[in-house]
Amino acid sequence: MSEYAARDSDGVSVGIVEKKFHTFAAKSEDLLVLESGARLGPVTVAYETYGELAPERDNAVLVLHALSGDSHVAGYYGKGDAKPGWWENMVGPGKGLDTDRYFVICTSILGSCGGTTGPCSPNPATGKPYGLDFPVVTVGDMVAVQHRLLQILGITRLLGVIGGSLGGMQALEWSLRYPDQVAGVIALATTMRHSALAIAFNEIARQAIMADPNWRHGHYYEGPKPDTGLAVARMIGHVTYLSDEALRRKFGRRLQEKKDFSFQFDIDFQVESYLRHQGHKFVERFDANSFLYVTKAADYFDLERRGGVSSAVEAFAAAQASFLVVSFTSDWLYPTYQSRELVRALKKNGLDVSFCEIKADCGHDAFLIPNQRLSRLIANFLERVQRENRQPGQTP
Amino acid sequence: MKAATSDSRPTAGQPGTPAQPMRFDLTVIASWIKPGSKVLDLGCGEGDLLYHLKQSKGVDGTGIEMVEAKVLRGIEKGLTVLQGNITEEVQDYADNTFDYVILSQTLQQVYAPAQLLNTLLQIGRQVVVSFPNFSHWKNRWQICAQGRAPVSKQLPFEWYNTPNIRVISIADFQRFIKKMGWRIRRETAINTDHHDQHGNVVRLLPNLRATYGIFLLEKR
Repeated sequence: MSEYAARDSDGVSVGIVEKKFHTFAAKSEDLLVLESGARLGPVTVAYETYGELAPERDNAVLVLHALSGDSHVAGYYGKGDAKPGWWENMVGPGKGLDTDRYFVICTSILGSCGGTTGPCSPNPATGKPYGLDFPVVTVGDMVAVQHRLLQILGITRLLGVIGGSLGGMQALEWSLRYPDQVAGVIALATTMRHSALAIAFNEIARQAIMADPNWRHGHYYEGPKPDTGLAVARMIGHVTYLSDEALRRKFGRRLQEKKDFSFQFDIDFQVESYLRHQGHKFVERFDANSFLYVTKAADYFDLERRGGVSSAVEAFAAAQASFLVVSFTSDWLYPTYQSRELVRALKKNGLDVSFCEIKADCGHDAFLIPNQRLSRLIANFLERVQRENRQPGQTP
Repeated sequence: MKAATSDSRPTAGQPGTPAQPMRFDLTVIASWIKPGSKVLDLGCGEGDLLYHLKQSKGVDGTGIEMVEAKVLRGIEKGLTVLQGNITEEVQDYADNTFDYVILSQTLQQVYAPAQLLNTLLQIGRQVVVSFPNFSHWKNRWQICAQGRAPVSKQLPFEWYNTPNIRVISIADFQRFIKKMGWRIRRETAINTDHHDQHGNVVRLLPNLRATYGIFLLEKR
């Protein structure tokens, strides 16, 4: 996702931010019990916060990141940073998530490599990175870890949870796992369950990693890394986040620095060059095992079977929040019909839900790209949720 | 609505009251709605009626609208709005979910009116329907004297581009409701000015003199 991270066009930013860490489940009697039944500890959570928590502690908004994101949503770690956080266009003073009004929190997800415990963290049993000894985690486990952090921060109720893609899944999970602790849910470009198509692409990407001879069943941390496999995995993923229209507009069949075909297997087309570049950039910042774990968690996510229920309608019987669901016209990874299924389940439970399909030609990643309509939508939805959830007698 | 690219930063807290006064038929409809009730507005546009009902009567409202830009405006006003097709969206609600379901100036565009109204009478305790009165004397004049399909302020389309596939008069609608075995709880015929923002109630010869009919229906 960081390929979209860019300086705000108006230069507005939260400024210098700091990544913080909190560790829990350090004692053997206090381990985190995962959905699989496995026990994990210690667990470190990497997180960042922006804005100020109100004295009433009622203005906290949790941002949930997608597959390749991390806790660094907005701002810069230092003056020399070339790039801000991945959602700089949405999070900051006066933006869609207005840090002058809200206390915005983002944690790196469990199993990934953004500083929160994952397969590249040291296994306390061996002192070496877990590798595949790391237990398989779920979206529910990610949310449980976020919940533990919020307890430490003294936040018992969130004004909002917001996320796109895998982040949207976490937002939905929040509304079911802690129904009385979330007032508003904003689910962007997401789904209640992966289609066979989405699972298929994830599996191809995982196979690319596992077929790399350097992968060595996940124990590569002391030697060469499966960079080729991870780069190919990223290339596959990246294509699914774009669209036919976006690729046509951006590249067409244009050739890369040549007038004719090379009649060899080096780069001919611009789109090939672009994908290789994306792949190479990705391996510098992402761990191949984390890619396996996080995509698996996304594939396992299924609200229609969550907790033994037999339908999404049944699953959302527990929810209490107000919902804003947004899909994008050219998203072929999680097409609009999947958002509509979600909306239908919410409606059938009598829940408050707004839904909009935004016209955008940039595919699944549309939620990451600056879009004033989306920013306004989010700002106004959150403002309403805050107004409706304010206790009587509080200052408006 | 301004173009997205030229817009300034999102401004929360400015729901944007309608710059112009509300349409007169909507004012009449609003006067029928009891405070604090639960309302579904079909084809809610930018949500003028719902916004008014929410502000003045504390109504718990939901809107359904097809056009993306209008949906966005509605949500920006702090309303609950779903983008979608009326016929499909109303299928997802349990019986008597709403106190009122409002279908204002849309019936003339509905492919299966009897089926739709039947659904609305299930999901809502009462249904408000308003439509342009096709048998207004000006329309009759155009047909009789000029031999032309009527084009008026209320029906501003030519035969080749009109979305209005149903020709409804107040008299026809009354007959239809009777035939379906439903009950008319309230009805008002109105005559509106050129901008539809002001008008008056027509009591004498409404089928001839009114531009719009407004009905409050329920099941027997």
